[in-house]
Amino acid sequence: MISYIIRRLLYVLPVLVGVNILTFVLFFVVNTPDDMARMQLGDKYITQTAVDNWKQQRGYDLPLLWNDKKQGIEQLKQTIFFEKSVGLFVFDFGLSDNGRDIVADISQRMWPSLAIAIPSLIFGVLSNITFALLLIFYRGSYLEPAGLFLCIALMSISGLFYIIAGQFFIGKLLALTPISGYAPGMDAFKFIILPVLIGVVGGLGSGVRWYRTLFLEESAKDYVRTAKAKGLSDLQVLFKHVLKNAMIPILTGIVVILPLLFMGSLITESFFGIPGLGSYTIDAISSQDFAIVRAMVFLGSFLYIMGLLLTDISYTWVDPRVRLS
Amino acid sequence: MTITWKLIPLFIILPWVLSCSDQPLNNPYVDAEKKLKTIYSSFSERPKHLDPARAYSSNEYAIIAQVYEPLFQYHYLKKPYQLEPLLASDMPELRYFDDKGRRLKESTDPSNIAFTEYILTIKTGVQYQPHPCFNPSLLTSLPNDWNETSLYDLPLTTRLLTADDFIYQIKRLADPETQSPIAGLMANYIVGFSEFSKKQTTNQQQQPKLSKQQRLRKADMQGLKVINQQQFSIRIKGKYPQFINWLAMPFFAPMPWEADAFYSNPRLIKKNLTLDWFPVGTGAYYLRENDPNRRMVLLKNPNFHAEYYPSEGGSEAIKQGLLKDAGATLPLTERVVFSLEKETIPYWNKFLQGYYDASGISSDSFDQAVSFSAVGEVGLTDSMRERNISLQTAVTTSSYYLGFNMLDKVVGGYSEQAKKLRHAISIAVDYEEYISIFQNGRGVPAQGIIPPGIFGNVKGEEGINSTVYRWRDAPVRRSIDEAKRLLSEAGYPNGIDAKTTKPLVLYFDSMDSGPDSKARLNWLRKQFSKLNIQLVIRGTDYNRFQEKMRNGNAQMFMWGWNADYPDPENFLFLLYGKNAKAVQGGENAANYQNSQFDALFEQMSSMENTPKRQKIINKMVEIARNDAPWLWGFHPKAFSLHHAWYKNAYPNLMANNKTKYINVDAALREQYQASWNKPVYWPLWAAFLLLVVMLIPAYRIYRRAEEKKAL
Repeated sequence: MISYIIRRLLYVLPVLVGVNILTFVLFFVVNTPDDMARMQLGDKYITQTAVDNWKQQRGYDLPLLWNDKKQGIEQLKQTIFFEKSVGLFVFDFGLSDNGRDIVADISQRMWPSLAIAIPSLIFGVLSNITFALLLIFYRGSYLEPAGLFLCIALMSISGLFYIIAGQFFIGKLLALTPISGYAPGMDAFKFIILPVLIGVVGGLGSGVRWYRTLFLEESAKDYVRTAKAKGLSDLQVLFKHVLKNAMIPILTGIVVILPLLFMGSLITESFFGIPGLGSYTIDAISSQDFAIVRAMVFLGSFLYIMGLLLTDISYTWVDPRVRLS
Repeated sequence: MTITWKLIPLFIILPWVLSCSDQPLNNPYVDAEKKLKTIYSSFSERPKHLDPARAYSSNEYAIIAQVYEPLFQYHYLKKPYQLEPLLASDMPELRYFDDKGRRLKESTDPSNIAFTEYILTIKTGVQYQPHPCFNPSLLTSLPNDWNETSLYDLPLTTRLLTADDFIYQIKRLADPETQSPIAGLMANYIVGFSEFSKKQTTNQQQQPKLSKQQRLRKADMQGLKVINQQQFSIRIKGKYPQFINWLAMPFFAPMPWEADAFYSNPRLIKKNLTLDWFPVGTGAYYLRENDPNRRMVLLKNPNFHAEYYPSEGGSEAIKQGLLKDAGATLPLTERVVFSLEKETIPYWNKFLQGYYDASGISSDSFDQAVSFSAVGEVGLTDSMRERNISLQTAVTTSSYYLGFNMLDKVVGGYSEQAKKLRHAISIAVDYEEYISIFQNGRGVPAQGIIPPGIFGNVKGEEGINSTVYRWRDAPVRRSIDEAKRLLSEAGYPNGIDAKTTKPLVLYFDSMDSGPDSKARLNWLRKQFSKLNIQLVIRGTDYNRFQEKMRNGNAQMFMWGWNADYPDPENFLFLLYGKNAKAVQGGENAANYQNSQFDALFEQMSSMENTPKRQKIINKMVEIARNDAPWLWGFHPKAFSLHHAWYKNAYPNLMANNKTKYINVDAALREQYQASWNKPVYWPLWAAFLLLVVMLIPAYRIYRRAEEKKAL
């Protein structure tokens, strides 16, 4: 397994280089350093001198990919691409184009995102699995179509509607939780109840249907018939044996997103005033802050690759037959 | 079943647990915060800079104007806007010199004045806020055991304000490393400014190890002189009376050199504890907490110098009873909390719950808040009145217009035909309708370039734009038939080019996108179609739009301008020929050039507000109306709502440092919040009962399945 992990980690490098190049090209096809300078400097009284100065202070006065004016390796090194990319591979993201340390910003903002994402994931998965198994249990009765109808109804409603309706009903009419806001530490509890509840309810429809499909496939297998023949109750068979054997596809879905949890949710955090990472990248794109965009794309790619690796490793825990080589 | 039984205690205990606090459950502010008299406000976009040399937008000024104090401020309760000393002990002494350095009389013709010197005297005994930067030992290193989260955990000290601090700040404006947005502008005025900038670039390259504050303190700027600890002078080129307005902006607030030195520590930069995020000022408040993604908290500055609530004001302010706190020591509150609210729906709902003290009104909520009487008077809806909310309106010192590129071959130029084409379009585009549909009536159609409230604006019949309006007890737009006649005289009868017999097609360059913009752009197309003109919308992104404007490639466009200071020069310069955007890179986006207008501008710009100046302005406005480089658009009207406990609010649109005058009745606020936010628990009980009811058939099916025998 160790050699497998090392090999996978080595694959990360060319993937990240490729992602970095793609991000760079896509960004600078749309925005020039002059455009970035004008965006940062504002609309009033901006002179070309100010623009040139801004670029020079931040290293954007160099050529993008190749420096004809230099010799040898300096032709590659004295470029915006090299200067802005080399630090990424040691996770030195530097300062954003408006002067803030990116690692400090990410470190500060990731915790509120996690405070929403982790409970939403845990309660969401538990609810989805429980209701999916119950739908299997009540198969053949009138409760099954009623449950499926409810799932479709829940799926059909837009996530934004859940947020607005939830804030209106629970925060405003019933006055049970704050409509939006956040506080650090234990005070965060009353602010995350509503977004977590909405996250769980909003994902219930699609989640229950997806897990039901997995469990249906498992429950048709011979070992289930054998377990029932041996006298185990339906609930025992479902929650003990079927669930265990359906873990591989469940883990695929969960483990791969674990590292990405702290990237946050744009809409949830905007409406609930959660100071997370959800809007960090989008705001950077709007303000043409290349430093943040390239850092977040790099980080997102790295975490996604790590997520895939963790998924592969987790297979060996749940299924002893799986060997990584 | 066991799971359900275990839930019952939760539903019984939960309401009691939740009601333990004496606050409403949905209060977004924690208990510990109640102790200080607090204003609760919000911001929708996080500020980019809090360094006064760099900050230039309203969301940044909302914070820094409470922390940094310039030499002058606008009197809070007087209109027309009047400057008064703030950190200055008096208004400046002005001295005029010719190009040989000889002193000139005040009455000298401005064209003979080569330099103006401002002698500025500052108040004695003014201290900075408590801050670690004034502790000399912390300038070289920080304690190893410091937790690196709050600056205010470090030992705090202060010092007295000196004249040198103002000089240092002006040098910071000139320093290329600061990237001040007004550096280019000030280089045209302050003697030695651009030379100082160039020298700093050279010094930065030649002595990279020298810190910023060392570099700036070593070098002198020719136009700045420290006379003594309390006095300094600024020398500018020519005569520029509006310079004093710039001295009232945070750009010219004092900056202690220790702040730059302190914040250059790499440990602080790594934690985003920089001068750009943690200001150091002499103002009524200091920024105690700065989480730009969540909230910013100002606390009362314990070292704030003696300042008192005004004991006089304009008639409007007196009528509104705004002198009740006359003579009271400022600031009137101890804390200000700005919370980030990106979305208008939660922001509005929290205002209605009493968790924000004041609010603007978005388009979505307009009908909930405002109603118009049969005669068109603005008032509050019943739901607002029931909550004792009050409404304040004020025409802003802004202008939003549709511009014609005067360099364009079709819509530009100064021939009679070209003017008639622009006049025809000006009549056809109905801005009264635009204001009604897209602004909810919050605006006044512009008669010219100068908004109401600024010297030079003329009210009534004398002030109307006669090319577009007639006077019938009020301005009445000319008829579309008249517009068609003008269009025909311009060579486009019924929208057809008489020379080529092809339909007239005009192009409107826009950076708007999204569903809201679609409605606006469709409306604009319909206005042009009244004259049978085809309007093609060329939508583009912000960068390309700016590029088109710089290169003079846009034919027609919409733009706006918000006054930096309440002087007509700050609007009329937008049509000054030497400011043409495509030619000189200035702010004259229409590239308008009229030598008569320019000559009058040069004459007017250095005058005080006198009847003579008014006459010149009237002439200039008439020239511009005749040439019509702009379709004059409208001046927006700001509507703001205040709760009953929010006192002393007055629509002074020039004063950014208003927070110190605001008072709140915290007890009244708490009372209203408790009354409006009583938690409702019965739905929790109903949900529990529903769960029990739903479980009964489920249990029955379960029992049946268990008891079923195998075949």
